[in-house]
Amino acid sequence: MKPLLLWSDALVFLLVIALVLFFYQLRRDPLTRERWAQVFSSRLGMVTFTVILTYVGIALLDSLHFRKALDAPVAAADQQSVTAEVFYDNQVTSVLDIMLGGMGERFERTYSAPFALQSFEKQNMKNAQGRAIRDFPPLEHAGQHLTDPQDKWPDVLAKTLVSLLWGLLICAVWIAPQWLWLRRSPHPWYASWCAQAVVICLGVWMVSISRYYHILGTDQGGTDVLYQSLKGVRTGVLLGTLATLIMLPIAVTLGVMAGYFKGWVDDLVQYLYTTLSSIPGILLIAASVLLFQVYIDLNPDFFSIGMEKADARFLALCFILGVTSWSSLCRLIRAETLKISQLGYVQAAHAFGVSHARILGRHILPNVVHIILITFVLDFSALVLAEAVLSYIGVGIDPSMGSWGNMINGARSELSRQPPVWWTLSGAFFFMFALVLAANLFSDLVRDAFDPRSVSRRSQA
Amino acid sequence: MFAYIVRRLLYAIPILIGVNLLTFMLFFVVNSPDDMAVSQLGEKYVTPQAIAAWKEKNGYDKPLFINGAAEGAGAITETIFFTKSLKLFAFDFGRSESGRDITTDVSTRMWPSLAVALPTFIVGIWVNICVALLVVMFHATRLDRWAVFLFVSLMSISYLFYIIGGQFLVAKTWKLVPISGFQAEGQAWKFLILPVLVGVVAGIGSGARWYRTLFLEEANQDYVRTARAKGASEISILFRHILPNALIPILTGVVVLIPSLFMGSLLIESFFGIPGLGSYMLDAIKSQDFAIVRSMVFIGSILYILGLILTDISYTWADPRVRLS
Repeated sequence: MKPLLLWSDALVFLLVIALVLFFYQLRRDPLTRERWAQVFSSRLGMVTFTVILTYVGIALLDSLHFRKALDAPVAAADQQSVTAEVFYDNQVTSVLDIMLGGMGERFERTYSAPFALQSFEKQNMKNAQGRAIRDFPPLEHAGQHLTDPQDKWPDVLAKTLVSLLWGLLICAVWIAPQWLWLRRSPHPWYASWCAQAVVICLGVWMVSISRYYHILGTDQGGTDVLYQSLKGVRTGVLLGTLATLIMLPIAVTLGVMAGYFKGWVDDLVQYLYTTLSSIPGILLIAASVLLFQVYIDLNPDFFSIGMEKADARFLALCFILGVTSWSSLCRLIRAETLKISQLGYVQAAHAFGVSHARILGRHILPNVVHIILITFVLDFSALVLAEAVLSYIGVGIDPSMGSWGNMINGARSELSRQPPVWWTLSGAFFFMFALVLAANLFSDLVRDAFDPRSVSRRSQA
Repeated sequence: MFAYIVRRLLYAIPILIGVNLLTFMLFFVVNSPDDMAVSQLGEKYVTPQAIAAWKEKNGYDKPLFINGAAEGAGAITETIFFTKSLKLFAFDFGRSESGRDITTDVSTRMWPSLAVALPTFIVGIWVNICVALLVVMFHATRLDRWAVFLFVSLMSISYLFYIIGGQFLVAKTWKLVPISGFQAEGQAWKFLILPVLVGVVAGIGSGARWYRTLFLEEANQDYVRTARAKGASEISILFRHILPNALIPILTGVVVLIPSLFMGSLLIESFFGIPGLGSYMLDAIKSQDFAIVRSMVFIGSILYILGLILTDISYTWADPRVRLS
């Protein structure tokens, strides 16, 4: 086993550390604490935050990559090779794959419906008498333990009950310490616990049932749809955060400078963002991705395995999305800075001869943080949705890297089959919808709490 | 007013030059003509002769910015930047990599795009405003809260699912209209109705939610309280006071989009097989035809800037307080 650190993995963990530090810093500010308390004082805030954290957790688990050691070839063992060289699998595995108990390694030949025991398409095969017939072949990894296909649903039910019991047991162990610690807290933690319990039970159920059945069926290539959907989580979450993270420094620096220094700096920044936003976004992104793709294709030596190539393309996509989308945030920050720099305390700082850098750092930046925060959560869901569209256009994630966009793209004509193949689309739909909905609802709460305009509106009411 | 418009149009020129330079950098400096030749010819046939021939055939065999070999004005005009990028300003789009005339393509494909985008736009705004007004009437009730939740849920569904779902339900299961295709005359409405419907439904979530916020912002104003105190009915407050005043922020968001309607929708057109500019762009992206992408970027920027100017003009019409100077 050899750990493998992809560039995106490294960035993700850096990001997590940075976010934790950032929020730790923010905690010291009483006003910020009060606003966060407002977000978490609603049950909705608790539940959506739990859902988002679950997705982030899956993404982080899926970011711990390694390459499995291959079994030494028999021929080499015969020769008693002195150098015990170990060869590593070109396929990259992650901790999530292991936790799922090999869900991704149970391939079928082609389509099969959820919980099906037989393949979806008829095939030529031989019956017991050795005569050629055309029938639905049995699946290789579903219902192998059943002697009679009639027992399928009672068996599923029994296994569900057992896994539910296990799930509840784990829930009890997981939630009890939280209860001891937080029972006197004024926030509605019980809503979060309910959500956690549902997530844990669902997770346990999925892992245990998927050993015997394909819960969401298999796709055209015979891969488990549930597994693909889970692999899409990392792509979606990472894209949403990394692209925003790349956008932030550009937008904040330019916006604050334009609003503070005014004059030609302001003109230049305004010119830059008007130019950039007048180009149709999707064309700019498509053109940039295509150009990068040409670059990768012409320089294949940079990447030792396919996964690294896909990862490079993914990072390029994040980078491109970030660089092309800073204009709206920049405009907001510029306007806010213009407003703040007219205020008394900034004028006073000027009068005392405080340096520009210090005024920017101490007086202006802390007062635009709420805009950054609101944009961060708002953009997240938009980016997750954009990924699907980009993959459809053919400029999205590399097909070898699982993503919801690629799943939809591959399955878009499946509904017009007879009978329709609905499960691949449903899998992608459900996982994407849950994440985007949670992010949207959460961002609404954050905006309500942090946006001064909505604060004043509330105090009026 | 006239002077203002002229000044805005002049201001558009540096922006368009900026767009042009940016696309030029993207297409020719980052990705040299040699790279393009390699990717267009395919790995197999790459010989120096083949690359040179391809570049000559497509007009890429010139220096990028300054041609030292040519005389006089030729030093500027005999370059890739002049022939490929600056000519866009004269609406001379040249030929695509596959040899078709882009200007003709654009002018014929504009109309199907408009045939889908314009009804979607108008019906969409109408539906969104109606839904939002309805929700505002029930403001601060349980219905309002659930409506907002519904809007957010609708927003959280990817556009692709609206299209796929609409085709599956309306066209395949209920067999009301053809799944895809387009016809210029006669029964064109048959082909248009589903794309328009999908476009409208997909927009309800974000649209109605946005209009609701705008209406509520107006509903908190003092003049509304005064009107209510004087005994105006809720309906007349909504239509006589709130709606006209909310028109200004609505215009900002809406008018800027009008010129871009010509560009059509990438996804709708490709799923429904409508031969408009959206599917044109998509095909160009998929076949890596940079000549078309370049031209469409330029057209798109012009339309966007036009939209910004239109927005300003519409302000004077909607709000007598605004004077352009």
